[in-house]
Amino acid sequence: MGRIMTIAFGAFRESVRERVLYNLIVFAFLMIGAAILMGSISVGVEQFILVNLGLGAISVFGLLIAIFIGIGLVSKEIDRRTIYNILSKPVRRAEFILGKYAGLLLTLSVNTTIMTVGFYLALAFQKKGLGLEDFSLLIAIYFILLELAIVVGIAIFFSCISTSILSAVFTFCLFVIGNFSNDIRWFGQESGSPLLEKATAVLYYILPNFSDFNVIDQVAHGVRIPGVLITANTCYAMLYIAILLSGAVLIFEEREFR
Amino acid sequence: MQAIEINALTKEYRVGFWKSRTKRALNSLTLQVEPGEVFGLLGPNGAGKTTTLKILFRLVFPTSGTARILGKELNDTSMHQRVGYLPEHPYFYDHLTPDELLNYTGRLFGMGGDALRRRVNQLLDQVGLTESRHVPLRRFSKGMVQRAGIAQALINDPDVVFLDEPMTGLDPIGRREVRDLVLRLRDAQKTVFFSTHILSDAETLCDRVAILNRGQLQGCGELRQILSLGASATEVILENPPDGVMEELRPLVFSMVRTGDRVRLEIREEANTDKVLTIALGGKVKVVSLNPVKMSLEDYFVAKVSAANLESAVPLGTYDG
Repeated sequence: MGRIMTIAFGAFRESVRERVLYNLIVFAFLMIGAAILMGSISVGVEQFILVNLGLGAISVFGLLIAIFIGIGLVSKEIDRRTIYNILSKPVRRAEFILGKYAGLLLTLSVNTTIMTVGFYLALAFQKKGLGLEDFSLLIAIYFILLELAIVVGIAIFFSCISTSILSAVFTFCLFVIGNFSNDIRWFGQESGSPLLEKATAVLYYILPNFSDFNVIDQVAHGVRIPGVLITANTCYAMLYIAILLSGAVLIFEEREFR
Repeated sequence: MQAIEINALTKEYRVGFWKSRTKRALNSLTLQVEPGEVFGLLGPNGAGKTTTLKILFRLVFPTSGTARILGKELNDTSMHQRVGYLPEHPYFYDHLTPDELLNYTGRLFGMGGDALRRRVNQLLDQVGLTESRHVPLRRFSKGMVQRAGIAQALINDPDVVFLDEPMTGLDPIGRREVRDLVLRLRDAQKTVFFSTHILSDAETLCDRVAILNRGQLQGCGELRQILSLGASATEVILENPPDGVMEELRPLVFSMVRTGDRVRLEIREEANTDKVLTIALGGKVKVVSLNPVKMSLEDYFVAKVSAANLESAVPLGTYDG
């Protein structure tokens, strides 16, 4: 466990040194601008717009970091040959993968936490205070984090088998498809073809399903998120991440570094 | 127990666009390294030295054969707890400072607290990086990165140290420091296994050497034995010998080279040395020097590598392409 933590904190430190958290400055300007401007141009719906904009930005910034840092987690180490030094120490390959994963998750968590604080400050400025009901928005942010944790899993999986560019393409494609996986299944059911129905059902279960993770619209409208969805999403994310990381470790165990 | 045991290690890489051809990088290499020994793996570029080290650290997997370090299988990562490794052209996280690199590496070995702090200070002092300990590695010269690499290879006070081309990129002072370091490791009864193509380093440091060429072991043994094998010639230098004396000497010597006023004679048969001296002194020729010629490691290396290249070459007249 100690070695995984060392690698994780190392990966986090690298992200900080590579100025990954600079995106927070852009986010801060976005929130300040939105809080000041929206109030003056959109009467009555300013809170809805700010919530949508704030949570959307948290999701997009997180996604960019998850994909572009995630794809380099392993492939960059191989390209730069830094992996030689790590694997010659008493570090198992599985520990390396898990450490790298945990490091990026830590980066994303810190990034999301700071953005969440900024978002609530903007909201408080706009509403002249915060109510208890505003903290239900945290569920949407929690779902964003779960979604990002799956995306990092996908990125690290592809990073173990492919180059950085192809990993980015594959990860982004899976993310986009994952947002439409409910529609893919619906399309198969509506087609009337048993073969297509089975094929889309298989795809539905294999591909990540991100549609249930996006509850920004609901929370923006004050709709209550059922507890069962929170449990289901948490279990689904943990299971999917476990499968992705197991696959990544199995592939990485067999990989040669010439 | 041997420090390192390598048995019939073979590595083939699949090459080509379809990976349909194979290239043998290492061919049935067998070696044993004793504890406390400084062992040099020599060979030209592409000989298989780095492949051997990469197999020992499971960065690539052997096609066949086995190896053990300190009696343990290579897939036993606990063995790495007692082993240090400096890769060829080492690359480290260049956003780290040497201080951070050593602390990071130390923690991978489960070290921490005061013991790690003391060890980091000691190693930075040993490799001369104390003043630059807070400068990021990306601002370092190649030689300074190499020093940081040597320090991280020793962080765990290993029993066996593997150094892949440790002198690469170092200036003469840096090379001297690495030599001194290897000698200190030998004094401390550590096993040092290093690969190099710089033969003078091996001559100075190694108890035994192995010579690799094209993945094939060409020779292995104690350096003194290898070097004494070649002490069968005698060099005589004469000043201004007349042509008559030269003609008399010609059948007795292996080679005769004139440089200005002086002529260098190489005598391969010991019995001829006295005859050469008698003829030279009888002809009133001044004998400037007389020395036994010992084969240097470089001579041995060139002879072995050339012989291997000759064997693998297509003989003249048989090429029908």
